[in-house]
Amino acid sequence: MEKQKSISIRNLYKIFGGNPASMLEHVHQGMSKRELLHQHDHVLGLSDINIDMYAGDITVIMGLSGSGKSTLVRHFNRLIEPTSGEIWVDGENVLEFNEDRLREMRRLQMSMVFQHFALFPHRTVLENTGLAQAVRGTSAADYEKDALKWLERVGLKGQDQQYPHQMSGGMKQRVGIARALTSNAPIMLMDEAFSALDPLIRTDMQDLLLELQKELQKTIVFISHDLDEALKLADHLVILKDGIVVQQGEPQDILLHPNDPYIVDFISDINRARVLRVRSIMTPFSENAAAKTSGEVGADDTLESVISKSEGDVGQTFTVMKDGQKVGLVDMKTLVQALVPTSAAEGGMRKQKS
Amino acid sequence: MAAYDFLFDKTGLRDWCGESGNQDGPMTMAELLARKNNNADAGSESSLSLWDLPFPSLDQLNEACSSIARTRDLTKGMESAFLGVKDSLKFVLDPITQPLSWLLEGALYVFVETPWWLMLIALLAIVYLASKSFKLMAFVGSAIMFLAFIDHYEYAMQTLSIIFVCAILCVIFGVPIGIAMSRSNWLQRIMIPVLDMLQTLPTFVYLIPLIFLFSVTEPKLYGIAIILYAIVPVVRLTDLGIRLVDREVIEAADAFGMTKRQKLYNVEIPLALPNIMAGVNQTIMMSLAMVVIASLVSAPGLGVLVLRGIRNLELGVGLVAGLGIVLLAIILDRVTKAALARINASSSVSSH
Repeated sequence: MEKQKSISIRNLYKIFGGNPASMLEHVHQGMSKRELLHQHDHVLGLSDINIDMYAGDITVIMGLSGSGKSTLVRHFNRLIEPTSGEIWVDGENVLEFNEDRLREMRRLQMSMVFQHFALFPHRTVLENTGLAQAVRGTSAADYEKDALKWLERVGLKGQDQQYPHQMSGGMKQRVGIARALTSNAPIMLMDEAFSALDPLIRTDMQDLLLELQKELQKTIVFISHDLDEALKLADHLVILKDGIVVQQGEPQDILLHPNDPYIVDFISDINRARVLRVRSIMTPFSENAAAKTSGEVGADDTLESVISKSEGDVGQTFTVMKDGQKVGLVDMKTLVQALVPTSAAEGGMRKQKS
Repeated sequence: MAAYDFLFDKTGLRDWCGESGNQDGPMTMAELLARKNNNADAGSESSLSLWDLPFPSLDQLNEACSSIARTRDLTKGMESAFLGVKDSLKFVLDPITQPLSWLLEGALYVFVETPWWLMLIALLAIVYLASKSFKLMAFVGSAIMFLAFIDHYEYAMQTLSIIFVCAILCVIFGVPIGIAMSRSNWLQRIMIPVLDMLQTLPTFVYLIPLIFLFSVTEPKLYGIAIILYAIVPVVRLTDLGIRLVDREVIEAADAFGMTKRQKLYNVEIPLALPNIMAGVNQTIMMSLAMVVIASLVSAPGLGVLVLRGIRNLELGVGLVAGLGIVLLAIILDRVTKAALARINASSSVSSH
């Protein structure tokens, strides 16, 4: 099944400063962020961004602070105007929208979740949740059913008459998510939505998001600075550094084939066994080899679970199953090799760097 | 000889100056004195030493060169300029400000003519609505009854009616100005010096041009003076309050497609309300300060008694009236602060 493109970004540039349009010329000629800042006192926020985001996918845009990820996501609903480029949402160029059409898009097509929740402190949880519909002109009585449904779904049943200041951070962000869901918009932008939460609550919320996404199949754009979070959530991972897309693709693929020392550094200290999945390292299925397998594993199982199944015996081979079919083989030797961080395995990267 | 003769001699401007000493303006006091001294010790030619060199002020330069205007010409020019535009200004301002006179007269009539017991009930009802506190109600009730007991009721009501009208008008004009200022940095840059000037201008100075513009018998004279003086805090704090609204909350309002109007009424004003109310409190207190001074231009009320105390050296009258003003100030302050506290509690701003 071909996936539908939901958001496409084409050649997007954003320059901050007194006269950004005139600086575009310099950037096109290859001037770096540093030079632009020193010579012309303009900040290159985003440079030549090209991303396709598909409906039903969680696209995670990851980068450290200052990499331009929050700036980028604000371009999608034009909270920030780009210096040049195109932003296509469901086949329409957002930059050609007039004010009314833009407002309509924000009301109907996109919702947003904020890092610091951005709830209205003077409104009850119920009113906050129904915000998107209230803005469209729906009366409280009409949006109440929807709002209560989503509040219950995010685990806040019976707390709809409280005020945000009576809630903890995790609960506030649940309201933030319920607010975004109640808008019924197909696209959900999440700007560092879980970054301000405690680690335990964060894991909780990630599970909640994945669970909701399984049933809702929205287009989710998730901004994060946390690689573990990014790898857990992403169907499509975009890594941003200094306003440039360093690498994008399937997270497993990026993990196994990083194309930049920056990413190598990034992924060198994560728990690969927990993130990598069997399907990324399996070899195609063949009947000969299948004879001596010692069991079956799922294609989406993590390597960690395979190791636990093998009970530490590195001589074993497993048949990989997907949807009840034998699709591949994985032997423990390959598996263990895949666990070695890329920086050591491909010494060339380190050399390039030094 | 004048100290700066050399300046015009050296630069060859002597011709432009015309004959020195041939002045047509009226003689200043200083000149008279100088002439007298000259007569006394004639001949002691002013020898120019650096120690005695006066600052080259207009008057000094004029002594050396009569083509240069004297300082008194400046004040005279200002006066004639003001008198020149006065009539046309009055033609425009008079009808515009006439409703203010009616409002003040009407409020005075209502406050003073309403029977005291009805007025007391109405005031206590307002206090209760604003503060929801019986304690404060009891305090206000006893304070007003005390003023009535010492026969200051009518004066107090007059003062209160003027404050009532002026404070409401300040809010009606001040809040929209503050909102406009918060919207445009350009307007803010223009308005801040104006507000600074209104706030620092000595209170008496407000009255000077107004006396020329309007008749002293018209209530709008002091009405305008009070409003100009008291509107500053509500404008400032509205501007500040709206600018202080959490940027992320505004962003959320934008992201969910709120119109500017929805944003203003549903987000910005409710969240700025604690600050706006603090401004209203200040505005009311400043009206009270000004209404006392405005008694110089026939504003009725407790200020008249204070003025009488000063003019006739009636110490007791002035002191008792002053005490009455303090009582009114406490009442107004407590009631508006209680209202402010209630707003703060209901919209308690969250901290992330």
